[in-house]
Amino acid sequence: MGREMTNQKPQSEMSYTVQQLVSVNPYNPDILPDLENYVNEQVSSQTYSSNANLCLLRLYQFEPERMSTQIVARILIKALMAMPAPDFSLCLFLIPERVMRTEWVLVLWKGWGMTIGMQMEDQFKTLIVLSHYLETARFRQFWDEAAKSRHILEVVPGFEQAIQAYAIHVLSIAYQKVPRSVLAEAINIEGLVLDKFIEHHITNSGWAIEKNQNKGQLIIFPHNEFNDPELKKSAADGIPLENITRILPILG
Amino acid sequence: MTGAAPYDSDQPHGDSASGYDPNYVPDSVKSFVVHMYRQIREKNVYEIHQMYETSFQSISDRFFKDAPWPSVDAVATYVDNDHVFCLLYREMWFRHLYARLSPTLKQRIDSWDNYCNLFQVVLHGVVNMQLPNQWLWDMVDEFVYQFQSFCQYRAKMKNKTEQEIALLRQYDQAWNVYGVLNYLQALVEKSSIIQILEQEKEGLEQFTATDGYDYSGGSNVLKVLGYFSMVGLLRVHCLLGDYHTGLKCILPIDISQQGVYTSVIGSHITTIYHYGFANLMLRRYTEAIREFNKILLYIFKTKQYHQKSPQYEQILKKNEQMYALLAVTLSLCPQLKIVEETVNSQLREKYGEKMLRMQRYDDEAFALYDELFSYACPKFITPSASSYEEPLVNYNQDAYRLQLKLFLYEVKQQQLLSGIRTFLNVYSTISIAKLASYMEVDEDTLRTILMTYKHKMHSVNSDGKIISNMDTNFYIDDDMIHVVESKAPKKYGDYFMRQIVKLEGIMSDIDRVKLE
Repeated sequence: MGREMTNQKPQSEMSYTVQQLVSVNPYNPDILPDLENYVNEQVSSQTYSSNANLCLLRLYQFEPERMSTQIVARILIKALMAMPAPDFSLCLFLIPERVMRTEWVLVLWKGWGMTIGMQMEDQFKTLIVLSHYLETARFRQFWDEAAKSRHILEVVPGFEQAIQAYAIHVLSIAYQKVPRSVLAEAINIEGLVLDKFIEHHITNSGWAIEKNQNKGQLIIFPHNEFNDPELKKSAADGIPLENITRILPILG
Repeated sequence: MTGAAPYDSDQPHGDSASGYDPNYVPDSVKSFVVHMYRQIREKNVYEIHQMYETSFQSISDRFFKDAPWPSVDAVATYVDNDHVFCLLYREMWFRHLYARLSPTLKQRIDSWDNYCNLFQVVLHGVVNMQLPNQWLWDMVDEFVYQFQSFCQYRAKMKNKTEQEIALLRQYDQAWNVYGVLNYLQALVEKSSIIQILEQEKEGLEQFTATDGYDYSGGSNVLKVLGYFSMVGLLRVHCLLGDYHTGLKCILPIDISQQGVYTSVIGSHITTIYHYGFANLMLRRYTEAIREFNKILLYIFKTKQYHQKSPQYEQILKKNEQMYALLAVTLSLCPQLKIVEETVNSQLREKYGEKMLRMQRYDDEAFALYDELFSYACPKFITPSASSYEEPLVNYNQDAYRLQLKLFLYEVKQQQLLSGIRTFLNVYSTISIAKLASYMEVDEDTLRTILMTYKHKMHSVNSDGKIISNMDTNFYIDDDMIHVVESKAPKKYGDYFMRQIVKLEGIMSDIDRVKLE
């Protein structure tokens, strides 16, 4: 989850160079290989840069014959991991349908490539289905489909954890107290592993537990402005600093 | 339509069938260029503006209703063959052509060349003029418009002739997307406009205060072109479907304040229209509603002053489109409290009934979302050239169809949310079991719908923060839903501040009164 995760680890030299390229000279066909390499680095080092990936998708849009479906699939998976940010939609806005169809047809002509072609098209379809499940909070269906598509997703380490973080985010803005079974289904963890998981968050994220009337476990999230109306009110009544500066001379 | 070349400025026709003689210069044109040239040399911005807005229009209406102006070669002698003036004249010449006639492919390419030459002169910093903001805005606006027009034209492959295809292949640099973006970017960078705006916040620079004009004998052209190019970039990125980057390009401009972008109404409207549209596509509904509301109110109050201007029709068109976008946004996110009464009553008049039907989310509703989106959306483009090999098909609608499809897909995902809204407006607390039975779904499904509601009604802003767009708020406690009444936050702070300032004003007035 999160937009730019390059702050979590010391920035690699490549990451720094690419960020520079993207901010200073983004409309340049020559940086395409650098951006492609950077996607692979993001995958292997578990970092993320939506700006760089959007820049690459743009270049693919300008020169469709240079598009690599494998790279696009990786970008899409990374974008899913960035939820709740709308990065996945942002990517889809930039991928022309015409290109995907052409790719598939071209691969079909090379007889041996036929299965690969179909796999590629399936890849995009699967990712769109997964995104749909996540956007509509259908976590059970998501994890079922993800299990079937392990071969597509396992190329990107950290995928499971990222989606679990998103699931917890959605739960914590909707619930003050959530039944254990709902949490379990959302993050696809059960039993002792779930106990450990909850323990970890009690220690590190301010969670608490209590029992509900059916003797089931309830997980209590820390209050935030989204699941607690009281907190929301105080956020809305803020006054921008510039407005206060108007009256400082008067008060002084 | 595009094959015929009746008005080719490079080939003087004596008595062509159309009757256009590019070398014939009526007296009014002669005096127009002579005067315009002098005003530009003397930096009389006000006079330049008058000639540019009014004189050019009236001469066009009288002599050139459906013919181009005289060729630049014919008028060059009256203006000392001044290189820069000729570039400016050609810029107006092409803009007139696009507005009144249909440009040929060759003319499109020539116009591109002219813009390249003009921008290069400006980028080299050798321009020493002061031009009116209206004209500088029109340059950028027209540049992007001609790019959009070219992409649309190029994508209609079906009826292209051999010559046209050969010409397209030969001049593949003309209106190339890299070229367009890089020129706009270069103007932004070379003008250092971003740094200027930053320093202005700390009082180290004067830009907005002078409307971008340079009162110390310098030129405003590069700075203001750089400024308007940021809006140009926002527009181009929206046309490509890259809303995130578009919004990034406009970030240096504070749209909550007046600025140079509001000094020209066309620029003001274009900025807010694209800003609002991009926010809509990013699900930042509240932000989109807020900005559409502000601009629609502004247009309502000020459009009477623009009735005579050549931009009037465009203003009205964009006004109507933004009402359509507002209707769509409010149907997805009913935040009626932030809409002004005037705007609201106009909205109800135009789209009241349609909005009711859109909120039903049945087949008819989707047709309406389709209709309004298609009416109001930008003219999306495919930036790449075709290979000219395949069977020639028209692909000019592809980009639009993709954006529409993705938008309707988003609407579909929000289909079940309006049902929730209805119930939440009635109850203050309700159990999951009860609501599930009212909505005729099982409890698990209801939980899913409630979480979807929360997710869809929150967006991530440019700093990565979660922003709530919730109209009707709620939270869940185990199996009870608690509805939160959303009162409009009473702005005590704002009110007190205004009264403090007012009182201070009265007290200083009283101090000034001398008692006899």
